Amino acid sequence: MKTPHILLTALAWLSFLLPAQARLNVVATTSDFAALAKAIGGDQVEISTLAQPTEDPHFVDAKPSLILKLNRAQVLLEGGAELEAGWLAPLLQGARNPRLAAGAPGRIRCNEGVAMLEIPAQLDRSEGDIHASGNPHYLTDPANAQIVASHLAEVFCQLDPKSAANYRANLKTFADHLAARMAAWQKLLAPFQGCHVAAYHNSWPYFARRFGLHIQLFLEPKPGLPPTPAHLAGIIARMKAEQARVIFVEPYLNRRTADSVARSTGAKVIEVAYLPGGIKGTENDYVKLIDQVVNSLARALAETRNQAGQTE
Amino acid sequence: MIASALGLGATALPAQETNQSSQIQQLQQQIRQLQATIEQTEQQHRQQLEALRKQVEALQPPPPPAAPVALPATPEPAAPGGPAPGGPAPTGSAPAAAPPAAGEKKGWSPADPIQIGGGRAYMNLGLVGTFAAGGSTAHGIEGGTQLGGHDPNQNGFTVQGIEANFAGAVDPYFRGNANVVYEIDSRGESFLELEEAWLETVSLPANLQVRAGQFLTDFGRINTQHPHSWTFVDSPLASGRFLGPDGLRNPGARLSWLAPLPFYSELFLAVQNSQGETANSFRNDNGGEPMFGRPLSQDTGNSLNGLLLAPRYAASFDLSDTQTLLAGVSAAFGPNGSGTDTDTQIYGADLFWKWKPARHHGGFPFVSWQTEAMLRRYQAGATAAGSYTPGASGVYLPGETLADWGLYSQIAWGFRKDWVAALRGDYVLPVDKAAYEWILGDDPSRLPRWRFSPNLTWYLSEFSKLRLQYNYDDRQQLGIDHSVWLQFEFSLGAHAAHKF
Repeated sequence: MKTPHILLTALAWLSFLLPAQARLNVVATTSDFAALAKAIGGDQVEISTLAQPTEDPHFVDAKPSLILKLNRAQVLLEGGAELEAGWLAPLLQGARNPRLAAGAPGRIRCNEGVAMLEIPAQLDRSEGDIHASGNPHYLTDPANAQIVASHLAEVFCQLDPKSAANYRANLKTFADHLAARMAAWQKLLAPFQGCHVAAYHNSWPYFARRFGLHIQLFLEPKPGLPPTPAHLAGIIARMKAEQARVIFVEPYLNRRTADSVARSTGAKVIEVAYLPGGIKGTENDYVKLIDQVVNSLARALAETRNQAGQTE
Repeated sequence: MIASALGLGATALPAQETNQSSQIQQLQQQIRQLQATIEQTEQQHRQQLEALRKQVEALQPPPPPAAPVALPATPEPAAPGGPAPGGPAPTGSAPAAAPPAAGEKKGWSPADPIQIGGGRAYMNLGLVGTFAAGGSTAHGIEGGTQLGGHDPNQNGFTVQGIEANFAGAVDPYFRGNANVVYEIDSRGESFLELEEAWLETVSLPANLQVRAGQFLTDFGRINTQHPHSWTFVDSPLASGRFLGPDGLRNPGARLSWLAPLPFYSELFLAVQNSQGETANSFRNDNGGEPMFGRPLSQDTGNSLNGLLLAPRYAASFDLSDTQTLLAGVSAAFGPNGSGTDTDTQIYGADLFWKWKPARHHGGFPFVSWQTEAMLRRYQAGATAAGSYTPGASGVYLPGETLADWGLYSQIAWGFRKDWVAALRGDYVLPVDKAAYEWILGDDPSRLPRWRFSPNLTWYLSEFSKLRLQYNYDDRQQLGIDHSVWLQFEFSLGAHAAHKF
């Protein structure tokens, strides 16, 4: 009589430990992929993110709790451009999850099909911490978000065919929304074609290309290296020459350096993030994120242009 | 495309009196960009083709319901409002998405070798060179004040280790890793050490993982860390005294199991050989020198009882979004070389806590605290040949159990980007004075000892660092010593990604 009880208890425990995988369990390395996965997956997928949106995604601690997330995941969304090189490998080794093995259907490199910029002709670390696969911040171009979203829809349809119709519908909704916003963003930034903008870190080449801006002045002398006084002096001179009146700073970077450069050049510092949730109000929403970047940039460019016009 | 990019280059230059050098610089940059663009284009074509092929594949064998909200067929051109909608066309050096060229790629099969490292090589290669310069007031540095085999070992310069790491996926079933260390000792002799060389399963069921080969035993935290990931120039005293100068490592196999619990919880069990200098408290002949007054032999125990058994349990909790705790208990059991049926047990507890704010840059600022405590019980065999001090040979030593404690605690504070200040306290002591010590005199390898080590580290980049450390060393009966070490290190090749 006792055995069935024990069996039942054991089964109850097992069912608690191994929750029925009704929803597709998706883990994204960063919140931009997570936001797109949410837009496409809706309620059919359960999404968690490894890097916090506010932290520097180049340097995430390989916390054991992240191993657990990967251990249970059915799908891993990674950038594919070595942004996570410093921390993803040990997590995956600990996770021992064959569904996420290199080449497995659940291991998704989001940059597939994306035209990568700044692929170095040769690998040389005297150039700073460059990435062999090109600049990893490709989702700052909304057109690339469309490519990734289509890719995700395809992946979700394959891995979870019963909800395929939902994924397709979500993709359509997202694409339409993005297209509408894209037109608005381009209109908003149209008056500033060819403007120069400075940035602390080289995170914005895709954004610049899309909206016809020049973002080639960086407070970091080389990617990942801290600004030096000599370099900043050069940047200040070039910002004046090229009339760069806005400085992009990600919220986790040193705002004081940017502020002092701004004081010397009359430029305006704006906080922008390339990860949804990096700035308050943009959590889990890719479109809101780009909205925030475009709106604050357009506002800052207009403001500084007026000021410059008045002083002339 | 090239022409348009050049045209852009021309307009981008303010035609005013910008000095020539900056013009040249800009032109050079344009050239570099163009080179990159050309190389990219080829890759794009391949990638786009691949993406298209996949989409075709996905659409062809009718994937469930036909509700064809058709995935946008072509990635780039389908981009909403891409370059198309009347609005301003991007004037950046935009390479307009070109139609795909030729070049077919087949899907992955389990028989294919797996590529890692950006898929450019089958193996990741890394080299870390660690050096120290400095000096100490102590007479014996190597094995005296400095117990670690990779510690600074003399006044002047020390090559702490040139460590080559080879790592990669072997096939769909195993991952391989090897660490080979090149060293120069204080007498100028060079030698090679096979620190680790193992393969590990990647797809066992039930959350199991097996590692086999030569590896560092999972005992506490510091034992599995390679010198370049230490927070200090040298290894803690407890680890030097109990686990040995080179740490506890030997050929063997390890099974680990990640428990299906809501928090990280992992069990390890390693079985390894118990002889040799890398099993210091076990069947180690101590280079022919007696230990604890007894002559040692590596030859005892040729049955399975002669193996080293090392279980470990580790658990981790995220106390908040910014704080993480990792705690573990470890043990190592095995025969030792002081008698025919004598065993050693080492027990350890370790704790690691780290705080890193939600908005850190490059991993800074942070505060971390790491502590390990160890207890060693060493059954020393009875002997008639105690020869610990000259003239003492022939003394009969009874069988006895020697118990020793060891503890270190270290706190590290990354107070600004690339700068870390750290402080470590070390304490080792015997539980009580042993019988052989009453006969032969106090044994310096068991006497109580304190050490305090403040240091400052500057990471010039992710790949090089400078570290200055001071050691205040108080050894009972030997007195107080001061040491100052400057460590410098470089790293080449693959990113050294570290465990938490």
